[in-house]
Order: sequence, then C-alpha cells, then structure tokens
Amino acid sequence: MSLVVNTAISNHPDPAWRGRITASLIALIVLWPLLIASEFKPWILLDAQSLGATWHFLASFFPPAHSKAFLLLILQATWQTIAIATAGLTLALLSAIPLTLLATESLSVSRLESGRMRLASTVVRQGARWLLVLLRSVPELVWALLLVRILGLGPAAGVLAIALTYSGMLGKVYAEILESSEAHATQSLLKNGSGRLAALLYGALPASASELVSYTTFRWECAIRGSVVMGFVGAGGLGQRMDESMKMLAGDEVSTLLIIFVLLVACADWVSTFLRKRLG
Amino acid sequence: MSFVLNGVSIRHASVVRSNSLALIDVDLSIKQGEQVALIGPSGAGKTTLLHTLACVHQPEPGGEFSVFGLQPWAMQPAQRHALRARLFLAPQTPPLPPRQRVVTAVLAGRLPQWRFWQAITSLIKPREPDVAYAALARFNLQDKLYARVDRLSGGERQRCGMARLLVSKADAFLVDEPLSALDPTLALQTLAVVQQEAVNRNATLVCSLHQVELALDHFPRIIGLSDGRIVFDAQRDEVTETMLAALYRNTPPTEPTKSAYPEDTCWSGPSPC
Repeated sequence: MSLVVNTAISNHPDPAWRGRITASLIALIVLWPLLIASEFKPWILLDAQSLGATWHFLASFFPPAHSKAFLLLILQATWQTIAIATAGLTLALLSAIPLTLLATESLSVSRLESGRMRLASTVVRQGARWLLVLLRSVPELVWALLLVRILGLGPAAGVLAIALTYSGMLGKVYAEILESSEAHATQSLLKNGSGRLAALLYGALPASASELVSYTTFRWECAIRGSVVMGFVGAGGLGQRMDESMKMLAGDEVSTLLIIFVLLVACADWVSTFLRKRLG
Repeated sequence: MSFVLNGVSIRHASVVRSNSLALIDVDLSIKQGEQVALIGPSGAGKTTLLHTLACVHQPEPGGEFSVFGLQPWAMQPAQRHALRARLFLAPQTPPLPPRQRVVTAVLAGRLPQWRFWQAITSLIKPREPDVAYAALARFNLQDKLYARVDRLSGGERQRCGMARLLVSKADAFLVDEPLSALDPTLALQTLAVVQQEAVNRNATLVCSLHQVELALDHFPRIIGLSDGRIVFDAQRDEVTETMLAALYRNTPPTEPTKSAYPEDTCWSGPSPC
C-alpha cells in the first residue's frame, strides 16, 4: 500500500468533476459550427475600405447638432419615447403579475403536501408558462410591424408591442426570481394555513423585492431602446428621428441622438441604484 | 383529542426511490391542551413528526391520522388548508425574511384569518401593531417592533418567531427546537411564555427539544423518538436514566455517502429494535 498521496487520483473523487468536463467539451463542440454559421469574420472591420467609410461617417459626428429648433424637436421625441416605454412597461406589468402568480411553482399547496403538484394545477402552471413563452418569443419589432398595420403609424403601436413582448419576459423572470428566493419563509406561511398570495407577499416578496425592482428598471431601460428601434418602423419617438437623420447621413444629428440615449440609459441606471439602496 | 395517530408511517418526499421511511408505524394520541416534549437524537424524525401533525406530510396508506377529530387526508384540499390555520408549526430556523420589519413578520401569524386585501393594506400600514407589540413585550422585545429582522440577533429572531406563534389563532402549537439559539436563562423564560400561552387558550403544545433536562423539568409527558420510531412515550416520572441512555445510544452512525449515492444500499448497521 503506497503512502504517497496522488493528488490527481484522490480517495474521495468529486462526483461532479466528470460531468463538468463533459459539459465544457460539448459546449466547445457545439459552439464552433455556430461561429461558422453566423459568418463571424471580425477582420472585415479592419480592411481599408471599411475603415475609410467608418471614418467619414464618424467625422461628421462632431460637433453634435445643437440648433434650437432641432433640440426642441428632439426634446419632444425624447418625451414621447419615455412615454412609450413607461406606458408599455406599465401595461406589461399589469398582465405579467397575474401570469407570474400562476407560473410560480413554490406557491403550490399541493406540492407542499406531497412534493408533486396536482394535475389541475400542473396544467394551469404549464399553460401560464406557455403563454409567457408565446408572448416573448415574438420580438417587439414584429409586434410593432403587425400593430402599425392595425393601429396606423404612431406611438400606440409601440406601446402595445412593448406591453406584449415585455409581459412575457417580466412574467418569466419574476417567476424565476421568486422561485430562487429563499423558500423557507413562504413555505412556513403556507404550512400555517395562510393563502397563496398572502404567503407570497409576506414570504417571498421582501426577500426578492430589490431583485424584482432592479430587473424592472432594467426592462424599462430595454423598453426605451426597444421603442427607439420601433421608431424605425413608424412607431414614433426618438427612433423615427434617428431613422430620418440616418437616411440623410446627418452625422451631427445622429451623434446628438446617441448622446440622448446614453443619458437615458444612465438615468435608468441611477433610478435602479437609488431604488435598490432604499430597499436593500 | 387533538391528535390521534394509528400506525402512521411517513415516506420522505425527497427520497421517493429508496424504501426508507422517515417515520415507522407511529401510534400516538394527544389530548387537547396537553403539553408534550419530543426528544431523541438528531435525525430521529422529530421534525417529520411535527410536520405530520401539522398536516404537511401525508401518511402512507394504512395508517390513521386525525386532528381535532377530523381526518385531514380525507378532506378536500381547501378544507385541509383551512384546518392548517388551527395548527401553528414553528420551524427550527425562524422563517422571517431578513428585509421585513418585525411588526410585519409577527403579524404574519394572523394571515390565515385575514382577507387578501387586509393582508395587502397591512403591508402598507400594519393592521394590529398593538397585538404585535403585546406579543413582543412578553419576550422583552417590544423595542424592536419597527426594526428590521436583519438587525436582530439569532436569539431575538427565534423569540420573534415565537411572538408570531402568540399572535396566531391556533389551537395547537407544534414547535421545533425553539430554544436552540438562546442562552439558558432566556431559554427558560421563552419556554415559560409559550407554555403559559398554551395553558391560557387550552392549546395543545408539542415541542421538540435537544435539552433533555429542560424537557423533563417542564413537560409532563415525554416522547422519545429514534430512527423514525417511538422508543418510549411516558409521564416524566417514569422516564429513567436507562431509557434516556438507550435512546441516545441506539443511533446508527451518520453516513456521509448516503446522500451522494441514494441507490447505494450496501450499508447495514445494527437495526434498531
């Protein structure tokens, strides 16, 4: 019996080790063809012709457009964008919250009892999950294109498009945040006979409030970007201005618009930090 | 009768595949207003028994289980859930969310009685702060009424969990190791408050304890559990040193590999009888 302890072959091998190695290898094998399929060739960016085109466009960025008329126009568009994002997100919340409550498994009383859920509640939960998948699998741009046909050009299409896609995203992530939070408090409230929703409010919510808030403000930020993109298809706001400026190759206007985006995102970031500190 | 168990066995929900039972063939009856201490080594099934009494675990077919003369597992799920409001299960680690205020955490004991909108408004403005204050005052914690739970020490949290028990409207208290984070003096005081409350409202008290002396000094009836079976169920005068020694000696050694390889059943220790 050897007294030399071999560090590679331990007497107590980690049972997870082989699985980790296999998973990493599989990930590499799967990722390589993906890179080829997506025609990922970053060196094209560096050839002389692309560099020249980039330089010309970027050179026109300075100085940013700052005529009074343009700034006023932008101010209006910014306000419209914020309004679209906020209204869209509020509508999304209204439908996401009930769906979250349906989809969250840790609120199941039948699972508490036997470790399994009853068939009826499983069906309801799966139904809610599928509805969430359906809502978020259609990109907001596609919803906007459809809705612009129905509602005509304007912000209303953007608001509804954001509401539809984001309710799917919010509902899914809310349910996951609630499920990954410490279940002990919620479970013991359920065991003592309180209602499902009350158990959620008194058990899971205080534990995950700051995560929920930070995800919601992040989604608001995404909604601002989303509403900009949808502006290109005629849903109003900053995006529509951006579309016009890009088509006219007015680099100075584009750079003003980009500065506004940066400020908006920074503002969302600041709001999120502030709220999380208050809840932390 | 508060609880009647007849040949109740519990299979642990998380280990369905293995044949291990967390409780084996338990016969037990507890009268309304009785105070019972559960003792036994770690892993004996004390917590499982308390959860069974709280209608959380469903007994295996063949056993009989009734609470307050009702058979919870023959009832509709909604009725069974309503029955749970009459049982207060206090888990070993106090189930208090760290970011909640003490007043909210204590008043959560009233949730089964509140309507949903009452629960919501109480989050904004506590509905019965005086009730929470009175409950906390009995554990000398009244100053912490509006403090946040994460500002409390471990012992304060445990007593805060007991304050929730006081505000609940339960007819039976099922308390799991309520004194584990308390020093001896506080442990005595806390136990006295809980026992007094049980006497005042004629509630049944079943309490698992690691401190055997405390159990013998304060509980008229002692149940010794080991390896999922009731080893003895006796009045405190009848409990002898030999019974206690046997209870704590007869435990199989803990098995570190058991959870990693649930299908591995080659271990065979001396089977406890």
